[in-house]
Amino acid sequence: MQIRIIPAAEVHRKILEAIGAISFAPDSAVTDMLLKAVELEQDETRKDVLNSMLTNIHLARENKIPLCQDTGTLVVFAYIGNRVVIDGAPLQDIINQALAEATAHLYLRASILIDPLFNRVNSGNNCPAILHLNIVDGDELTLMIAQKGGGAENMSRLKMFSPDASPEEIEQFVMETVTLAGAKACPPLVIGIGIGGNFEVCAKLAKQALFSPISKEKETTYSAWETRIQDTINKSGIGVQGMGGQLTALAVNILCAPCHIASLPVAVNLQCHAHRHITIRM
Amino acid sequence: MKVHSLNLPLTEQEISSLKIGDKVLLSGILFTARDAAHRRLYSMLSEGTNIPFELNNAAIFYCGPSPTPPGRVCGAIGPTTSARMDRYSPLLIERGMKVMIGKGERSEVVQACIHDHRAVYLTCLGGVSALLSEAIVSCETFLWEELGTEAVFKLVVLDLPCYVAYL
Ligand code: SF4
Repeated sequence: MQIRIIPAAEVHRKILEAIGAISFAPDSAVTDMLLKAVELEQDETRKDVLNSMLTNIHLARENKIPLCQDTGTLVVFAYIGNRVVIDGAPLQDIINQALAEATAHLYLRASILIDPLFNRVNSGNNCPAILHLNIVDGDELTLMIAQKGGGAENMSRLKMFSPDASPEEIEQFVMETVTLAGAKACPPLVIGIGIGGNFEVCAKLAKQALFSPISKEKETTYSAWETRIQDTINKSGIGVQGMGGQLTALAVNILCAPCHIASLPVAVNLQCHAHRHITIRM
Repeated sequence: MKVHSLNLPLTEQEISSLKIGDKVLLSGILFTARDAAHRRLYSMLSEGTNIPFELNNAAIFYCGPSPTPPGRVCGAIGPTTSARMDRYSPLLIERGMKVMIGKGERSEVVQACIHDHRAVYLTCLGGVSALLSEAIVSCETFLWEELGTEAVFKLVVLDLPCYVAYL
């Protein structure tokens, strides 16, 4: 078996570049959808809001000021080929070092505490990042990286449904989640839904679903359902920044996994319009 | 859309001229406070200790800015979710705080308290922090520097764009 060695320094450099790219720009599909929405919008206040969001995207890029002051938790899904060796340091350490460096050099906000309850002291450098490791076939290293803000994350929910729950009941749960979130999650939202697996797998799937492209070919049973849920959400009237109108959900992305005969776990992970993510391949 | 340009502190007449949904371009002095600072302010007030700034007619912005890059006045700045401050706000409102700025809905208790004390809750757009940063004239750490972004910052703002949410 041919082993491919990737030096730790190269991985470090790529992650640093990736954090630089996402701190100052959202997914380009978000910008496109906001541009489309501002064209269609008749209401003066909402037009003003959409224009502010577009100006923000422009200013963030020009002035190198983060899109949002909450530069989030760094979440990384790593897919490591079984023939890859990262030479020099464990991946978690490489990511943390790059994150600490990016936090200092890019003037990102330090938002991570060393303990959640009794000792809520800031780590000062956004470390540790959250890393999900997957070993796959091949000799490539793929990293899906996101900055996940606290506001939208806080409004995310998980429910262990009874296995005979209908799709409509799940839809209802998603709708309820978006409604409870209101303006707190900074809509328009990308909605990641994880179905199946078990308690932790469905939550991970929901997070991973946020990385799916916003506009995609709709073909499967699930994708037709995604479109239906998105339409229902967009009729809810929550709208951009909770100010009403037609645009609450930028996308609904579902990922599924096999599950136990007794279970039907569902997780809904909300992502705000500051949709900062990137995928890098080495 | 009605737009008001107002200077802080707001007078009673100015507050009563506002309508829900109006836009306000706010100028003057604001103090920031989010979760950790609220916890401290609340326990000081509950214990009868004076807090180190004038709460009467004060305006508080629920936010934790990102660090200031060289050559700028302020980093990225914007509202955090106000609902987390709901448990503290009634006491602060009773002690004279007039203006709260944040994002998202408030509890019914806070809404009633705002109404009864003729205070006002303004929302700022979430996630437009490079834009809001342009409205900051000065930003200095005022209290509890050890809290990092959760410290109380004293801000001077010029035409900070907000929307009237609750009166
Ligand atoms: S939810 Fe997103 S846009 Fe809103 S404050 Fe948090 S990170 Fe920023």
